Amino acid sequence: MSDNKNKIFPLETSLKNSYMDKTKPLNHAKSGSNAIEHKKVTNSRLNGYNIFDKTGLPTPVIEQWRSTNITKDYKENYLIGDNKPKFDKQINEIFHCSVHGFDTNVFALLNGWYYSTPDKVLQTLDNGIIVGSLAVAQQKYPDLFDDYYNEIARPDSHGFNAINAAIFTDGLFIYVPDNVKSDKAVQLIKMVNRDDNIMINTRNLIILGENSRLSFLHCDDSINQHKGLLATNTEIFLKKDAQLDLYKLQNLNNNTTLVNSTFVKQDANSNLNVNVLTFNGGIIRNEFTIDLTEEGANADISGMYLMDDKQHVDNQVKVIHSAPNCTSSELFKGVLDDHASGVFNGYIYVARDAQQTMAFQKNANILMTSTASIDTMPFLEIYADDVKCSHGATVGQLDNDALFYLMQRGIKESDAKLLLMYAFVTEVTNKIGIDALRNSVDDMVKKRLRGDLSICDKCILQCSTPDLPVEFEIDMSKI
Amino acid sequence: MSKFINFAVLFIFILNRNQMKEEKENENILDEVTTSEYKYGFYTDIETETAPKGLNEDTIRFISKKKNEPEWLLEFRLKAFRYWQTIEEPNWALLNHPPIDYQDIIYYAAPKQKKQAESLDEVDPELLETFNKLGISLEEQKMLTGVAVDAVVDSVSVKTTFQDTLAKHGIIFCSFSEAVQDHPELVREYLGTVVPHTDNYFAALNSAVFSDGSFCYIPKGVRCPIELSTYFRINAANTGQFERTLLVADEGAYVSYLEGCTAPQRDENQLHAAIVEIITHDDAEVKYSTVQNWYPGDKDGKGGIYNFVTKRGLCKGNNSKISWTQVETGSAITWKYPSCTLLGDNSIGEFYSVAVTNNYQQADTGTKMIHIGKNTRSTIISKGISAGKSNNSYRGLVRVSKKAENARNFSQCDSLLLGDKCGAHTFPYIKNSNSTSVVEHEATTSKISEDQLFYCQQRGIDTEKSIGLIVNGYAKEVLNKLPMEFAVEAQKLLAITLEGSVG
Amino acid sequence: MLLNIKDLHVSIDGKEILKGCNLGVNNGEVHAIMGPNGTGKSTLAAAITGREGYDITSGEIIYKGQDISELSPDIRANEGIFLSFQYPVEIPGVSITNFMRTAINAQREYRGEQPIAAGEFLKKMEEKKKLVDIQSKLTNRSVNEGFSGGEKKKNEIFQMAMLEPTFAVLDETDSGLDIDALKVVANGVNALRSENNAFVVITHYQRLLDYIVPDFVHVMYDGKIVKSGGKGLANELEEKGYDWIKEHVQNG
Repeated sequence: MSDNKNKIFPLETSLKNSYMDKTKPLNHAKSGSNAIEHKKVTNSRLNGYNIFDKTGLPTPVIEQWRSTNITKDYKENYLIGDNKPKFDKQINEIFHCSVHGFDTNVFALLNGWYYSTPDKVLQTLDNGIIVGSLAVAQQKYPDLFDDYYNEIARPDSHGFNAINAAIFTDGLFIYVPDNVKSDKAVQLIKMVNRDDNIMINTRNLIILGENSRLSFLHCDDSINQHKGLLATNTEIFLKKDAQLDLYKLQNLNNNTTLVNSTFVKQDANSNLNVNVLTFNGGIIRNEFTIDLTEEGANADISGMYLMDDKQHVDNQVKVIHSAPNCTSSELFKGVLDDHASGVFNGYIYVARDAQQTMAFQKNANILMTSTASIDTMPFLEIYADDVKCSHGATVGQLDNDALFYLMQRGIKESDAKLLLMYAFVTEVTNKIGIDALRNSVDDMVKKRLRGDLSICDKCILQCSTPDLPVEFEIDMSKI
Repeated sequence: MSKFINFAVLFIFILNRNQMKEEKENENILDEVTTSEYKYGFYTDIETETAPKGLNEDTIRFISKKKNEPEWLLEFRLKAFRYWQTIEEPNWALLNHPPIDYQDIIYYAAPKQKKQAESLDEVDPELLETFNKLGISLEEQKMLTGVAVDAVVDSVSVKTTFQDTLAKHGIIFCSFSEAVQDHPELVREYLGTVVPHTDNYFAALNSAVFSDGSFCYIPKGVRCPIELSTYFRINAANTGQFERTLLVADEGAYVSYLEGCTAPQRDENQLHAAIVEIITHDDAEVKYSTVQNWYPGDKDGKGGIYNFVTKRGLCKGNNSKISWTQVETGSAITWKYPSCTLLGDNSIGEFYSVAVTNNYQQADTGTKMIHIGKNTRSTIISKGISAGKSNNSYRGLVRVSKKAENARNFSQCDSLLLGDKCGAHTFPYIKNSNSTSVVEHEATTSKISEDQLFYCQQRGIDTEKSIGLIVNGYAKEVLNKLPMEFAVEAQKLLAITLEGSVG
Repeated sequence: MLLNIKDLHVSIDGKEILKGCNLGVNNGEVHAIMGPNGTGKSTLAAAITGREGYDITSGEIIYKGQDISELSPDIRANEGIFLSFQYPVEIPGVSITNFMRTAINAQREYRGEQPIAAGEFLKKMEEKKKLVDIQSKLTNRSVNEGFSGGEKKKNEIFQMAMLEPTFAVLDETDSGLDIDALKVVANGVNALRSENNAFVVITHYQRLLDYIVPDFVHVMYDGKIVKSGGKGLANELEEKGYDWIKEHVQNG
């Protein structure tokens, strides 16, 4: 048995200490909003704390964490959460987003707190969408919190999710009323800017009413090179016929660890498209738990990762087919260079009676060096017979025949390799539904592959300089 | 103390392929299936000698003493036992069963027979009858197909046939106990080198209490001219079965080895925790085939064998090859992952599996392919078939270590569901640390298509036979890997296992 | 009368496809059923052979004097009804030899006969293979797997020859065949024609009927047989096209 099992890590101690006074569960919320917290939020804090007290932080002793070891982070000292920052700079002074043709409603979290002027802390947009601080929304819309808050999150799944429920500071709240279809994407930029090592816990709640539609862009950025431990829980509800396009862009410094858990409940005929685009980060773990609870729901989850150095990425994607006639697909592709390591654990669960299920899963990887590694675990657990399920996983290299073909046409080896890597991930990036975003991600991929994309000073979308589009000198269509 | 004993039966078969007529292939095996009852569920009333129920160091000393073992082997057992006491039963498999009371099991049972029979006259007539019922003749002359049989009943080997023929080639094939007495140096050299007692919980248990099994050594450059076979049978009640097989193929040697298992029909569950170790040296090849047909329990899930088996092969030498073929139709619970460690450069590992579960059976089975040497290759073909209220999981690991330059793996894991109350699951683990390797895994889950069923029915074949036909076709790729005699047997078993599964 | 279909109404998923179909076939006869796509020809074949999902809402299928509409497909097959599939189904891993042996023995068991001896079976296989000009060793080939379109159709006729049905429906057996394969298929069918059996040939085109000459030709439209006649009707149809039938129907 591993020593880790009984060891108490410094971080666990400080997390427990951060919540010493269990009789005053409001201290985290209060430091921000001075208001009384919704009872359900408070109760889930207590519940989360109780669970964490027993489980502590996850270590590789736990099956689901066997391939992702964060224990070295647990030995560090962190500032646990931060006080709410003063709004002293406009968002666009901290970052600016200058992708041409890509117009979004931008919202920001800074060091775990909703960052805006007081009048914009919770807004109703022209199209009726309500967006703003979760801490504020819980006071203003208690009914919605009664119905949705902590309904699908699983604080018992592991220590990060338990402690997140207990000590989160703030997060984003989005409510899209029935029949509202937004053309303009909502963009959340989560920034960390502290001169200390910091652990930040945020929590988002997103509710899409019947027959509504939203594009949501969720960006995780580092602004400096300080060590960060970021944990996020996001609960998403898609009512009947709703559609959510969710894009996660992750470009964090190599000292940062991100553990983010997204829980989705989908009603009849709802549609979820997810694109997880991981460019940089020390350790990134993305967990999805998607429950297709009524007939006709569809979830399309894809992801791409380009890791190098000693970076580590771990995608855990569980799709639960609870109802008949639902469809899902998982497509994750990645390139691992240097000492980078990756994990993919797809999980399709088809419940008894979830007949006529169609579920597909694919994970493909390219290892560029003999020091890179990948663990891939595409799982199927199926209890209904009238289903079409398949999965596949591959690990390999760039196709030597293709490489030779390109070089024979006069392309130098390094360029040819870049081109093939780029071509490899386009199956994922091509799924991005917003043209301007797809183009800029495309450019980012190229830059990333050339090693030009490190963490940006500001918003990652600013990485694409429109005047200087990144191009390989080869016409892809000719391959 | 029980008067009767369980036996493991070790038989050695020799197959003469030339005698196989093409007709055999055309034989419609399904016609021969007349009953869905478990055919081997009888119990033989044989006088047996047993150890007292329960497990402690005294039990182990008792077993070791009974078998007249050298001190080092007793130490081997005790070390394993002490380790076993410190660990817990694994729970990661997708299996449900009530806790096993390890103190409620008899760990040693042997037919009362002084030593291995020199001639058939010395074998208990009841035993001979048992083997005849199982369709296995111990009388060399009477063997239709020329199969050499070594029979081990409950915990001890009863009879080995064709030993003389084998001896001519310098092949050692005998019961494990005999090997300990006659070839202690070989046993000591290889025992536990592929499956150390620390491998897992059940391996530790087996290492402490194993009773008998078979031992086989093929010397340098010898291609074993006959198929060797172990036939295991559990006979007595309340008894665990812990046999241990050790197979060594020296440089350039080849052997094809078959293993079959049956047990009487009983209401209580019985534990079977065996170990098989295979070592292949340079250029050697071992083909290991299993048709596992332990009693699966009745249609309500009562009774049946708990089959927790550790099978590992080590391709120690360059250009060596180990091939596992298994047809798993029996047992209430199957927990089994025959593995290959591909240590030698250019070595090859193969795993072909058909696992069928019906009624309340549970199977969590698959393989591990550990690529360490350069240019190592592995192939995994797994066909799972679930019916009734059963659950059938494939669980497999493919690991490519940093040094395994140009390693290749291909895995294909298909599941077929018959009915809407069963489950079919696939849990592949791929861990790759080498950029020059290629690993591919594919899997599908489906049911028998209405079109296929109607097509067969339109030709006059009833639903049940149609399903048998289609399922056998589905499993063909694996069944083809079995020696002919076994293939026919296996096809019958598939059909029998699935009888009554479709309403 | 061998087969007598009376006012047959058949629905699929609640949608009525056959809307009062009548057809009488005697021993020794060959009937052709023609008609445009989607008029219910294949539905008729499915109803006769007992395919699941084809609900007979009213009417009767009398075969050898007995209403067979409640019988399972395998019983009907063993009573001598054979369908040459429009789209033969692939059954991976099941050799044709094994498949045919199983089918023949099922038939024999149904009749209370002993299973066929291996030698007799192999002899029969060789004989019938010649009939449809199959050269390959069927032993090693799975049913329809990897077969070309022509091979699949030849294989259907081969199976028919093996099973020696009393009543056979050939559902668009000519589709996708080149002229040589068409001749082979037709010769096979003609060789099997006798006073003790009958055929229904479903086809779009008159072409096949040049080789398998029918005694009667029926035209099916909108779930009914709207016109019947002799061999000449097929030629007339070829000449005038199906619009002629539509007009014919509309004008009552």
